[in-house]
Amino acid sequence: MPTATYATHTVAVDDEGFFEDPDAWVAEMAPEIARAEGIDELTQQHWRVINFMRTQYAEKGSGPTVRILGKTSGVSIKELYQLFPKGPAKVAAKIAGIPKPRGCI
Amino acid sequence: MADSIEKVSIIVSKGSLEGIYPALIMANGARAEGIEANLFFTFFGLDAIHKKYHEHIKVATVGNPGLHVATLAGGLPGMSAVMTHYLEKKMEKLDIPPIPEFIEMIADTGAGLYGCKASVDLFELTKDDLIDQVQDIITVGEFYAKAAGGQIIFT
Repeated sequence: MPTATYATHTVAVDDEGFFEDPDAWVAEMAPEIARAEGIDELTQQHWRVINFMRTQYAEKGSGPTVRILGKTSGVSIKELYQLFPKGPAKVAAKIAGIPKPRGCI
Repeated sequence: MADSIEKVSIIVSKGSLEGIYPALIMANGARAEGIEANLFFTFFGLDAIHKKYHEHIKVATVGNPGLHVATLAGGLPGMSAVMTHYLEKKMEKLDIPPIPEFIEMIADTGAGLYGCKASVDLFELTKDDLIDQVQDIITVGEFYAKAAGGQIIFT
C-alpha cells in the first residue's frame, strides 16, 4: 500500500493519494498536502471548506459533492473553484484527509 | 500523468431530457475532476439554454424503446409530462439538480456555454433569447478553435 509523509507523519494513502484512514490526519499536514496539489497557501476560506469536509465525512461517512458544498458550506460554487481549481470536492477531500467522494454530480 | 484528459468540449444536439442530462453530467463531472469543459448547444439542444424552454424539458415518450412504454401509449396526451415528473422526482432524490439549476451550476464551475450560430439563425433567435450564462454564439469554426487540444463529445 502506498504511503505519504506529511509534517513528519507517514500515512497510508490510496493510488491517487487519498488517506486510507481519516483518523490519521492532523491539521498540520494540510498545508503540505495543499502545496502538492498546487495550492501555495491555505486561506481562511480554504479552511472553512476543509473543516466542512471533515464534519460531513464524520456525520455521513462520505465527503460532500460540489453541489452540496455550494449549498451548505457557505462558500459559493464560483468561489469553490477559485479556491480549488483542480476540483473542489476532490482536492478539498484530499487535503482534509478523507476518501475521494464518489458521486457523479 | 501523460494519459489524463485536460479538456473536453461537449456538443448538445438534442432537446429531450434524456438528451440533455448526460451532457450536463459529463461537463459538471469534468470540472469536478479539474478538467476544462465547454458546452456547445446546437439544434434542439438549444432548448437547454433557451429562457422560455429550459424549465420545460421533457423526456421523449415516443420513439424511445428504452422507456418500455408502448408507442401508442407513449403518444397519449400528458404522457411525456407524467414520465418527466416521475423521473424528476427520482433525480431529486439522487441529488441531481433540475436542468436550469444544473446549467447555472456548471457555468459557476467555470465551464464555457456557447450557442451554435447556424442553429440560432435557423430558429431565428438572438442572444437575448438565451439564458444569461451563455457566453457567446459561435460558429463551428470558432467551436473547433475552442476545442483544440482536447476531446470532443457529441450527444
